[in-house]
Amino acid sequence: MATADVVVIGGGLHGCSAALHLARAGASVVVLEKDHVARHASGVNAGGVRRLGRDFAEVPLSVASLELWNRIEELVDDPCGFERVGQVKVAEDEAALQSMRERSETLRRSGFTHEEVIGRDELREWLPAVAPHCVGGVVCRDDGAALPFRTTLAFRRKAESLGVRFHEGICAQAFERSGGAWRVWSPHGTFEGGALVNAAGAWAGEIARQLGEPVPMAATALMLMITAPVAPFVKPVVGVQGRPLSFKQYANGTIMIGGGQRGRADLATNRTSLDYARLAFNARTAADLFPRLRHAQIVRAWAGIEGMMPDGIPVIGPSCTQERAWHAFGFSAHGFQLGPIVGSIIADLVTRGATGLPITPFSIARFTPGAA
Amino acid sequence: MSPGLRDEYDVAVIGAGPAGLAAASLCARAKLSTVLFDEQAAPGGQIYRGITQSPLADRSILGADYWAGEKIAREFFASGVQYVPRATVWSVTAEREIGVSTGGGSRLLQAKHVIIATGALERPFPIPGWTLPGVMTAGAAQTLLKSSGIVPDGRTVLAGSGPLLWLLAWQLLNAGATLDAILDTTSRESRARARTHLPSFLISPYLLKGLKLLRSVRKRVRVVSDVTQLEAKGDARVQSVAYATAAQGAPVGMPVDNLLLHQGVVPNVNLALSIGIEHRWDEEQLCFVPVLSPSGATSVPGIYIAGDGGGIAGAQAAAWRGVMSASDIVRAVNPEAARRAAKAARTTLEHFARGRKFLDAYYRPAPQFRVPAGDTLACRCEEVTARQVIETVALGCPGPNQMKSFLRCGMGPCQGRLCGLTVTELIARERGVSPQEVGYYRLRPPVKPITVAELAELPKDDAAVKAVVRI
Repeated sequence: MATADVVVIGGGLHGCSAALHLARAGASVVVLEKDHVARHASGVNAGGVRRLGRDFAEVPLSVASLELWNRIEELVDDPCGFERVGQVKVAEDEAALQSMRERSETLRRSGFTHEEVIGRDELREWLPAVAPHCVGGVVCRDDGAALPFRTTLAFRRKAESLGVRFHEGICAQAFERSGGAWRVWSPHGTFEGGALVNAAGAWAGEIARQLGEPVPMAATALMLMITAPVAPFVKPVVGVQGRPLSFKQYANGTIMIGGGQRGRADLATNRTSLDYARLAFNARTAADLFPRLRHAQIVRAWAGIEGMMPDGIPVIGPSCTQERAWHAFGFSAHGFQLGPIVGSIIADLVTRGATGLPITPFSIARFTPGAA
Repeated sequence: MSPGLRDEYDVAVIGAGPAGLAAASLCARAKLSTVLFDEQAAPGGQIYRGITQSPLADRSILGADYWAGEKIAREFFASGVQYVPRATVWSVTAEREIGVSTGGGSRLLQAKHVIIATGALERPFPIPGWTLPGVMTAGAAQTLLKSSGIVPDGRTVLAGSGPLLWLLAWQLLNAGATLDAILDTTSRESRARARTHLPSFLISPYLLKGLKLLRSVRKRVRVVSDVTQLEAKGDARVQSVAYATAAQGAPVGMPVDNLLLHQGVVPNVNLALSIGIEHRWDEEQLCFVPVLSPSGATSVPGIYIAGDGGGIAGAQAAAWRGVMSASDIVRAVNPEAARRAAKAARTTLEHFARGRKFLDAYYRPAPQFRVPAGDTLACRCEEVTARQVIETVALGCPGPNQMKSFLRCGMGPCQGRLCGLTVTELIARERGVSPQEVGYYRLRPPVKPITVAELAELPKDDAAVKAVVRI
């Protein structure tokens, strides 16, 4: 039986980040990953490092996480491909621009100034090729994008260098707390730890259920596609108000088009299948914003399996039913940027019992009838 | 976009080579609504390319085996199949939804059964300099001959191994080309190991034809045997080929304008893998092959693979493998016709199976021509060298899918067709495990590129518009 201070379930970015921060705080950690590190959403997402447009509850965490992204090489010994190219959200009409102004003002009143509204001309400075009908937008200058697989692997390697042990191909199946310790069963052996961290992504719901606090999480396959290289024409990551889109051109000219369109996911087999009618919707949005994109060749489309919460924000914090168990899952397709900070929050909670960041809105108790 | 396409078919066949033509004919004759999509302008696939519109008036150039395709094509046209040429199938799902592009537009349609007959590809031949202009695959040269009657101009050397190498040499010579030499890379070890399979080869249909062909070529071209090293050299294009043989260790140079490379064919697995069909590593044929029932049924219900896409067995066997798959489908509507067709197919396939093991063993490509070293490119689209792959394995990258994330190998427009086996075998050798354990690229649709506009113009679906999530 392998023993450690903390057993982390899930080798995605959140599991790796929690393990890294726990190891820095002096804890011994094992990470159990049923496939391989970064196999699912953590490795194949759009790589957006974005504060722009987040749920208000997430804004303080996202802003704190960007501080960690800004010195990511110091944290994990790898630049993670992070580029502060900015994020732009386009307004296609005056009503969209107005709602951006209102949101920006609300943020400002809470002390957050990262979302700047821009008009027609400044939008064209950011996006010279944008379609004529677009009237303005909102930008976060210091946001950008990173390489998700590389990032998750960098967290893993740094954690390993601090003594964290990763077990890949190990599917944790049953959890029991007795005698002040957690015992985790897998077909390949038993693991024991003083604390348990559930960072199992789309598979985390089963763990929460076994802990006696089921959550209404849905597993879905979020689709992305990529084109053959075209001449560079856009630098920042681009979204649009009112239509789901995440759009980025890489240095080699290829363009990634995403936007949270769902394919089908099978949790038992890891299979995902694409829904072309829905991908077509994304292609239309991208071509509407950048007409020159119409002739670009799509060479690949794929989907990553992700857990979606009904209210669109994650579960972060202690278990309400069990001693010394914590959750970090259900990031609902926007967990990548939060990876560095949430690992730090989990480490603080496990080692000190508290965090300086406001995590009450993310409590798992919100899904427990009658609970606080 | 083809206006006559329906939303649903009983059977959709992909590929108009011998397997696809024969399968589609049988299904259509049994009155199943059958559509056949093919990328070319005319039927025939690679082996019978241009069979209905060959520019070559002299039939002896391509030989009688080639013209056997005429009969299959004639039966196909008489069968009532809806034939859609110049059509690119860019996706098939496990639910048998097919995405197809014709005439610049795309659409989705549904089939009760799908027969994949997408055939074979030439095995990658990653020697130093293999990406220089003037170096091409023997198959590409054959395509030019069959479709346009063109033969290479200037000093031409054929290098490699396998029955198709000799067939092409023969066809090129018949068409009036001059070949300066054939550098035969068939290894002594392979030839020795093939001996155990000799008895069945002696009674196979390949023996006589093969010997006749070899003799005819050897009479007309200088053949260098036991070639153990090959390198294409040149600045802007290939200027010479350097080779060494088992007998003499030091490399010898030979000036060339064209270097044609070939070391056998392997199943084209991209579409099948993208559907999630189970595959396994075949140690005899040194490639991944789908796991199939005798009738070509895959691990995904309703989807069949016929012909060389299911493992290399050759053109003549391919047509009968098409019949096997089709008869499995036809059984539900016409059991008697299905039984008769399957019986004939089984007998003929046994006939052709004889000798295949000998050919596989005899022409087994040598390791140094499959697994490159140093600065030789493994992935030509993304320009990834063998050394980079080896170094990345040392970093702890265990398989081709993680390799994609590190090096982008396999992520270019060829979608791994030209590097998949090379990268898998390189990783396997470095890790000291079997290619089966290393696995292959997880392949992503579209298996052939489509434009953003084409995808954007797919018929709208209201549910899709609503079913979006905030990101």
